[in-house]
Amino acid sequence: MSILSRTSRSAIALFALGWALLLAAADMDYGLQPVSIADGTWVLVGRSEDFSTANGGNIVNTGFIVTPAGVLVIDSGPSRAYGEQLKRAIARITDKPVTMVVNTHHHPDHFLGNQAFAPDTLAALPGTISGIHAEGGTFNENMYRLAGDWMAGTEPLAPAKQLTAGPLELGGHHLELIALDGHTGADLAIFDRSTGVLFAGDLVFNDRAPTTPHANLAAWQKALDRLESLGFKQIVPGHGPVAQGTAPIRQTRAWLGWLDGNLRQAAEDGLDMTEVLAIPLPAEFRRLAVVEAEYRRSVGQLYPAYEQHALAHPGRNAR
Amino acid sequence: MRKEFFPAKARVVFDQRVKVSAPLTAENALNVPVSVDAGALPDATEVLVFADFNPITRIVRFRPEGAHPGLGFRIKLQQSTPVRAAVKTRDGVWHVGGTWVNTTGGGCTLPSAGSGSPEWQKRLGEVSSRVWDRKEGGERIRLRIIHPEDTGLAAGVPAFYIQELKLTDEQGAPLLQIEGFEPLAENPVFSVDIPAARTAAGYRVSGRDNNGNAISAVIEK
Repeated sequence: MSILSRTSRSAIALFALGWALLLAAADMDYGLQPVSIADGTWVLVGRSEDFSTANGGNIVNTGFIVTPAGVLVIDSGPSRAYGEQLKRAIARITDKPVTMVVNTHHHPDHFLGNQAFAPDTLAALPGTISGIHAEGGTFNENMYRLAGDWMAGTEPLAPAKQLTAGPLELGGHHLELIALDGHTGADLAIFDRSTGVLFAGDLVFNDRAPTTPHANLAAWQKALDRLESLGFKQIVPGHGPVAQGTAPIRQTRAWLGWLDGNLRQAAEDGLDMTEVLAIPLPAEFRRLAVVEAEYRRSVGQLYPAYEQHALAHPGRNAR
Repeated sequence: MRKEFFPAKARVVFDQRVKVSAPLTAENALNVPVSVDAGALPDATEVLVFADFNPITRIVRFRPEGAHPGLGFRIKLQQSTPVRAAVKTRDGVWHVGGTWVNTTGGGCTLPSAGSGSPEWQKRLGEVSSRVWDRKEGGERIRLRIIHPEDTGLAAGVPAFYIQELKLTDEQGAPLLQIEGFEPLAENPVFSVDIPAARTAAGYRVSGRDNNGNAISAVIEK
């Protein structure tokens, strides 16, 4: 028999567990490995998963362009820790300072690393800035629920500097800022004419089903047409692997087109939402990562509008 | 649950013939789709839908009086919970089926979007609807009613929700009675199936909310 009472043994066990958790928290390493895809152009490819305590929210692609005039960072990641680790990864590659950090849109995995960078380097489209002000707090709370301890110390920080569409010269790189919408109300794509690399943000997903919480599908399709017409050499999607050609654009377009047609038809056929959720996905999309979960979320987000349209504009009864 | 919902001597059994469909994971706790189908049971007279862990457990009660014993609707959930339907058959037995829904929650203590906007006041009780032929025979009616459906659990926003709806054919013959509770989602949408024997040239819906505002509409084909 132990000389310790049951209570003290429990206390010791709890103490040990507490330390174990603290030590685990100190080891929140995203293992960020920038990959060079073109002259001075680096990408960090996240996992094609949902947010989880296992991946710490690292499901997103970020990138940076190193120029003699400084470093441009494209998206800051899902947490303060990610932003800080991104900053250190950049410092291992170049001693040039980070002169600008752009957030392509206001979704949490694209801006919650902003705290790691100097506030006066942060920049985004006006709609992205207002989106972060309006929804950043809710997104941040939700990320704590989904990613847990990885989020420690993370607070939403909106850029003050507003970007406008048009050319941007940075240390010999001829960049084009392209203001679009469709994935959200303000989506920024960055085309580096010097290297032919297009950072498409979340307007393009590659082998990972698109997310649609703020989507306008018609506007999104138009944005994809515009991106496809740019004549880029490489495309960095918001999620999924970097690609050489336009296949990720076509894949994103095909999914959004199917989603739109499927939901419209379902509403016209009088399906209840639970019946829409039960519709089997076409074979061509089943290989997309997390497609079942994204379909379910998209039905919840988008179907009510199709329903309202079908109920407000009754067609002739089939009888 | 048993004490709260059923008479002391009532026979209550779990029964897989009672089908409750809802997504296993519901990201939007304000608008969780649920369908109940008790068509596999003979003589369903009354259906009570409830969520065990919701602050307001009762969601909706309906009595099929000619309509198919099923209903599609959407609900607000405060946390992950079983969602169950108890179906009373003519012999007095309650048959219980259900499913589990995971959600991050908060759906019951948030104010409706409508409560923050003057728009609903102009359109309160407005019904949009449509009727479809079903491949299986009979018809489907879907209707959407403009109503904030506030639970009373959000600070400063009193409970305000639809309590009673009656669906009849255009002659007034009853098809379905719905008793609504606070957790029905804002601007509720219902799906109801009418067996071939009870289809009609048109339908009517009427009812009221807990403040006595009337709801009344003709459902045209």
